Amino acid sequence: MKIVVTVKQVPDPNSVTVLESDNTLSRDKEVVLDPGDECGIEEGLQLKEAHGGEVILVSMGPERAKDAIRKGLSMGADRGVLISDPQLAGADALLTARALAAAIKPESPDIVICGTESYDGSTGMVPPMLAELLGVPQLTVAKKVEVDGSTIKIHRQTSDGYQVVEGAIPVLITVTAGIAEPRYASLKGIMAARSKEIKQIGLGDLGIERGEPAETIEGLTQAETRKAGSIIQDDGTAVDRIIQVLAEAKVI
Amino acid sequence: MAKIWVYAELHQGKLQPTALELMAKARELGDVEAVALGSGAKAAAATLGKHGAKTVHVNEDKAFDDFIAEPATDALAALHKAQAPDLILFGFTSDSRDVAGRLAARLGVGLISNAGDVVAKNGGFEAKVPYFGGAKVASMRANNKPAIILVRPKSFEASETGGTAEVKELAATIGAESRRAHIVERVTEASEKVKLEDAKVVISGGRGMGGPDNFPLLEALAGALGGAVGASRAVVDAGWVPYAMQVGQTGKSVRPGVYIAVGISGAMQHTVGMKASKIIIAINKDAEAPIMKMADLGVVGDALKIVPALTAAVKAKKG
Ligand SMILES: Cc1cc2nc3c(=O)[nH]c(=O)nc-3n(C[C@H](O)[C@H](O)[C@H](O)COP(=O)(O)OP(=O)(O)OC[C@H]3O[C@@H](n4cnc5c(N)ncnc54)[C@H](O)[C@@H]3O)c2cc1C
Ligand SMILES: Nc1ncnc2c1ncn2[C@@H]1O[C@H](COP(=O)(O)O)[C@@H](O)[C@H]1O
Repeated sequence: MKIVVTVKQVPDPNSVTVLESDNTLSRDKEVVLDPGDECGIEEGLQLKEAHGGEVILVSMGPERAKDAIRKGLSMGADRGVLISDPQLAGADALLTARALAAAIKPESPDIVICGTESYDGSTGMVPPMLAELLGVPQLTVAKKVEVDGSTIKIHRQTSDGYQVVEGAIPVLITVTAGIAEPRYASLKGIMAARSKEIKQIGLGDLGIERGEPAETIEGLTQAETRKAGSIIQDDGTAVDRIIQVLAEAKVI
Repeated sequence: MAKIWVYAELHQGKLQPTALELMAKARELGDVEAVALGSGAKAAAATLGKHGAKTVHVNEDKAFDDFIAEPATDALAALHKAQAPDLILFGFTSDSRDVAGRLAARLGVGLISNAGDVVAKNGGFEAKVPYFGGAKVASMRANNKPAIILVRPKSFEASETGGTAEVKELAATIGAESRRAHIVERVTEASEKVKLEDAKVVISGGRGMGGPDNFPLLEALAGALGGAVGASRAVVDAGWVPYAMQVGQTGKSVRPGVYIAVGISGAMQHTVGMKASKIIIAINKDAEAPIMKMADLGVVGDALKIVPALTAAVKAKKG
């Protein structure tokens, strides 16, 4: 079974973000493999362990996104593809999906695994676009995946439980963080990753041109914030204060 | 007049509240048509008419209920070809995201998601999107026709205007090639006594609750107050509680009379789902936690001690 996992390098969620003068988020800071995509890699590796095959990591980003791919390779993925091109800076969801689709198509994977949404404020629009461009169905927000021959079955998280969704390979799935605890790379894995292939390609190799961006930022305003109220220490009277507020709000 | 479409999401025959919220905004932006697909579409059309839809395009094929995204994408793409709307509004929900993304890629246009508001400007549309960790709001001009914008639930208040929509049957052929991601079973897990979205009081727990074994403390408080229990994503991802309880950007949006955040730091992705609450009370052992800066009352202390004491006090007060 051929499995492609899309992986994105994102600003470290545990560090502070800086806004540049042109309103783009500063990339000059710690970056990590998206924690959601780490779960995707883990799921891919588990499927490979159960059914055989190959796990290929595909990323679009600046050259240093190789580090994110390398991390996945040290977890056990087989090889990587990095789409890197100055023209892709600030790419929107559609351009990202077009570039990923062009790189993934020649691989003819059985399963493409994406994160449900990326960590740096993006909103999960790349996967459905990618599924459409690859011409495969999308089985989304999976918290469990089972493959049986050419049939794939997922538990799709919903607001009040889940749906069992079935499809036939080839498919694209998106996975939630709850699906699998990502493994740590072993020392052996880290050593092995050094000699694994990461193929780097540009927009020209993919025959894609950058189109018009979907949106233009016209301005930034300060978000409306709620005013802080009072902050009190729990010195024994806190419960009374809460009761008072609840009573004023007429809930008791 | 600009031609606005509202994608009216249905779940097993039930019109979703986001559809009516979008209607309220769409009416300000131009002539509104709604698209309702799947069982219950005709009944939904009557409601959509009362909320200002001039026309509702319906198709009750069960394929729309049973297969993810592709049948709806086919129908919308076909209708788009005939009608060329200026703007298509979707709710920012899992199901609508699946359809909107696929449709955008098929039409070759981009989209704007996670919007909190939409305004008409210079003959086009601008979406207001949280930016830079939610500290700022970006005004984003949509460059495409159609503009496709996904709006977070509860961003607008639904209201009836009275009216009757013309119901038009949407001709769509759903071929086998679009019946691929098949929903074969639906499982309800949450047996909420009070629905989170409708509760007057919501008590949400985060990582500061220490572990799943402490969540019954919140349930006891919710029981005493007649409220519902919510949670942060950190504890949902950790498997302490089901996703149905998650509040925030990728969970539910709530606006209760009182929201009590217990052991929750107040990350932007959490607060977008609860900051419209009337009164916010935070219990956190860290006085510097971001949630404290937006709470009407912030209590610095140990949740595991305060919550049981509070439950006892509420019960005593109620007698
Ligand atoms: C794309 C994306 C979407 C997301 N969507 C959501 C979403 O929908 N909803 C959501 O909630 N999050 C969401 N998140 C995650 C969000 O960014 C935060 O990571 C999450 O909300 C943190 O959860 P928390 O506050 O429970 O945990 P933490 O941030 O770890 O905070 C725990 C808090 O508990 C306090 N505490 C510890 N012990 C005690 C004690 N004994 N008594 C009192 N207080 C104590 C600590 O001081 C701290 O403030 C999303 C993130 C991303 C990237
Ligand atoms: N630049 C990228 N390179 C590789 N994968 C990506 C990229 N952007 C998004 N993805 C994939 O799409 C998922 C959802 O991202 P997004 O649509 O940006 O929220 C991520 O978890 C990744 O798996």
